[in-house]
Amino acid sequence: MTRCPDAQTPRYTEDMPLLAIRSAPLELNALIAGLGDRGGADGAVVTFLGLVRNHNAGRRVQYLEYEAFEPLALKTFARIAGELQERWPGARLALHHRIGRLEVGEASVAIAVASAHRAEAYAACRYVIERVKQIAPIWKREFFEGGDVWIEGATADPDDTRARAEAERAACA
Amino acid sequence: MRVTVRLFARLRDIAGAAELTRDIAQGATIGSVWRQLAGEYPELGRYERSISSAVNADYARMDQVLSEGDEVAFLPPVSGG
Repeated sequence: MTRCPDAQTPRYTEDMPLLAIRSAPLELNALIAGLGDRGGADGAVVTFLGLVRNHNAGRRVQYLEYEAFEPLALKTFARIAGELQERWPGARLALHHRIGRLEVGEASVAIAVASAHRAEAYAACRYVIERVKQIAPIWKREFFEGGDVWIEGATADPDDTRARAEAERAACA
Repeated sequence: MRVTVRLFARLRDIAGAAELTRDIAQGATIGSVWRQLAGEYPELGRYERSISSAVNADYARMDQVLSEGDEVAFLPPVSGG
């Protein structure tokens, strides 16, 4: 198969912020490009893509619909970026979450963390997805064979120190 | 005074509206708006202990006192990622 990288590889542009809610498909390369290279001081970029799985709780999933309370979600992403700075100084975050209808196999969330060393990049990336699941005002509705259901996970409370400690434990496990 | 109420996900389905306006008394809290809504839509009652709330797109506690024109949001347990 011949591919033309110039035509197919999306490029980072100024209008793609590091923290975003998007209805368009997520592009991990754009997040990585957005982090920049800090003049060569980075030693690692760790990325995470969350995908729509074809099964959940014994149900055959057909597709998901995501919605967000966008202004609060963006503030929450900024808060998570701030927590990252406190815990892993120097690590940098790009985080995009998608909304709307997503088919099986599509990415719902994309995370990229750059840092000087791999250990903090891995830990920080894991921390971010745990915190997104805990406190970002985003919901998914699952459409499966025979019905649909809103998925309800954590009660969002950004000031809950126990939840934050749990996320740190998962990150450093 | 008057506030706007925003509902998300299942809460919106229960109320049949993403946005409502409600007249509230001076000194009313987020919690009192919630109880008023739960009175109108009894199915909301089961979210009593699991909702989060926000005022003007910032997380807020249920005992926060509201002001004229505030936008109050009620959020069921989240499921992003």
